Amino acid sequence: MSSSGVAEDLKRGLEGLLVQVREDARGGITVEVLPDRLVEAAERLRNLGFDHVKSVTGIDLPSEKRVAVVYHLSSYTNPAYVKVIVALRTAVERSNPQLPSLSKVWLSSHYLERETFDLVGVVFQGHPDLGRILLPDDYEGPPPLRKDVVLKTEGIDA
Amino acid sequence: MTLEVVEKHLELLIGPQHPGSGHMRLVAKLDGDIIVGFDPDVGFVHRAVEKIAETKGYVQIIPLVERPPLVDCVNVNLGYVLALEKLLGVEPPPQASYLRVLAAELNRVASHLYGIAIHAIMIGSSTMFMWPLADREVLLELLQDLSGARVTYSYVIPGGVRRGLPEGFKEKALKAFRYLRRRLRDYDDLFLSNPVTVNRLRGVGVIEMRDAVNLGIVGPNLRASGVPYDVRRAEPYCVYSDLDFEVMTRREGDAYSRLLVRIGEIEQSMKIVEQCLDKNPSGPILHESFLRGLSPKARAYMEQTGRVRFPALFSALKPPQGEVSVRVEAGRGELFFYVVSDGSPTPYRLRMVTPSFRNLAAFRHVMVGNRLADIPAIYGSLDYFPPEADR
Repeated sequence: MSSSGVAEDLKRGLEGLLVQVREDARGGITVEVLPDRLVEAAERLRNLGFDHVKSVTGIDLPSEKRVAVVYHLSSYTNPAYVKVIVALRTAVERSNPQLPSLSKVWLSSHYLERETFDLVGVVFQGHPDLGRILLPDDYEGPPPLRKDVVLKTEGIDA
Repeated sequence: MTLEVVEKHLELLIGPQHPGSGHMRLVAKLDGDIIVGFDPDVGFVHRAVEKIAETKGYVQIIPLVERPPLVDCVNVNLGYVLALEKLLGVEPPPQASYLRVLAAELNRVASHLYGIAIHAIMIGSSTMFMWPLADREVLLELLQDLSGARVTYSYVIPGGVRRGLPEGFKEKALKAFRYLRRRLRDYDDLFLSNPVTVNRLRGVGVIEMRDAVNLGIVGPNLRASGVPYDVRRAEPYCVYSDLDFEVMTRREGDAYSRLLVRIGEIEQSMKIVEQCLDKNPSGPILHESFLRGLSPKARAYMEQTGRVRFPALFSALKPPQGEVSVRVEAGRGELFFYVVSDGSPTPYRLRMVTPSFRNLAAFRHVMVGNRLADIPAIYGSLDYFPPEADR
């Protein structure tokens, strides 16, 4: 199936949820959704055949005062979607980054959401085990993947 | 008379000084010797690859991303460079693509041998620990011949590869494969068909197909549960669509089938390398837009030696604004890169999801219901590499 065919499927499947389906010049498909419609959009996408999450990414956007959260979805079992990766994208306020967890929709997002909480500071409500995963338990300070955390260069580059 | 209240479940901490590889802690909850809860505690070797990447130039990121999955670095190097090339809109010349696949498959064999060796020592077979690790040396010699380095080759560069095929490489590789095929029969005699191995692994740590899909696990672990998913087939990159190979799949989903899938993939990878050596087209190994940036002296050196001098252009690569996502089949499974560029010389955000991190989901699920003594047998069968997961 061509990627535009997939985009049509998505538009049909997500009708009424105020989503935007975009295709970029490099063939990537992005579904943009508001945080309060995220769970419903995710459930519909799962029912369409997107059976697992490959990645959850938090992107700090200080200029917009927001943090974008991107779920990359695909399928192991539905032959039409094995070849495609769809980005399900939403954004939360930077000062209050709360988002419903999708770990009930996709079990595969469990550790990926936990990592995004740990490193980007997005709080996934309803996640069964939201806690530090890669950072030490006693880490203090802002989440390291926020842009206001600046790495100091050491050694010969300094 | 006083009654003592005894907690029914025992919590057992294993690690983080792990006898296998790298560092992680396993928290097992036991009822007798049956595991009723399991929680892997990771992050002990986290090195902030994604954050550091935001401070480095695009070419400097190559050695950064290939460090965490040290024993499988060509595949990671390749995945990152494919993402970068997608941003830049550059396609490497055909010979470079064949050489990339050749290096990637040699590294896959080395990575599987490493994983099998660790698995074997975890269930007490010290000979099967020594043999594959020693035989991995054969692959490292080949890769050293090709790239000049024993590990961390940084062989794949934007627009091509660093070196062409050295003289006599084909004969050396074919000789190495004759040796390895003989050794695979030895492995079978000593280990794979050994009743001790079979009894330790068969029916142990079963992941059903449905659960494997829901957990989102990848690589040989997924294929051993009956899902025929391999990125090289699902979304072929480089020249995989022109090559003949089988996607190793089994139905049982137990520790033994995961081991057999890896063994089967060694043979398939050797088949792929042989095809690459047969078909290897002549021609440049670097994209012409970068060749143009080379000084006449550097170009003469390249023609003479078949080695690329880095064009000055590399130090200031500025991909246009945009974002790309790329997946490749690394040794332990699917590797995913998501790169966001704001048009500056460093990425705005680099997301790298490694196969071991995806396979972490299997631990919680697969251990429950098994016996304490089976933890090493199952842990080893997942070929989990802590530095790769922690990044």
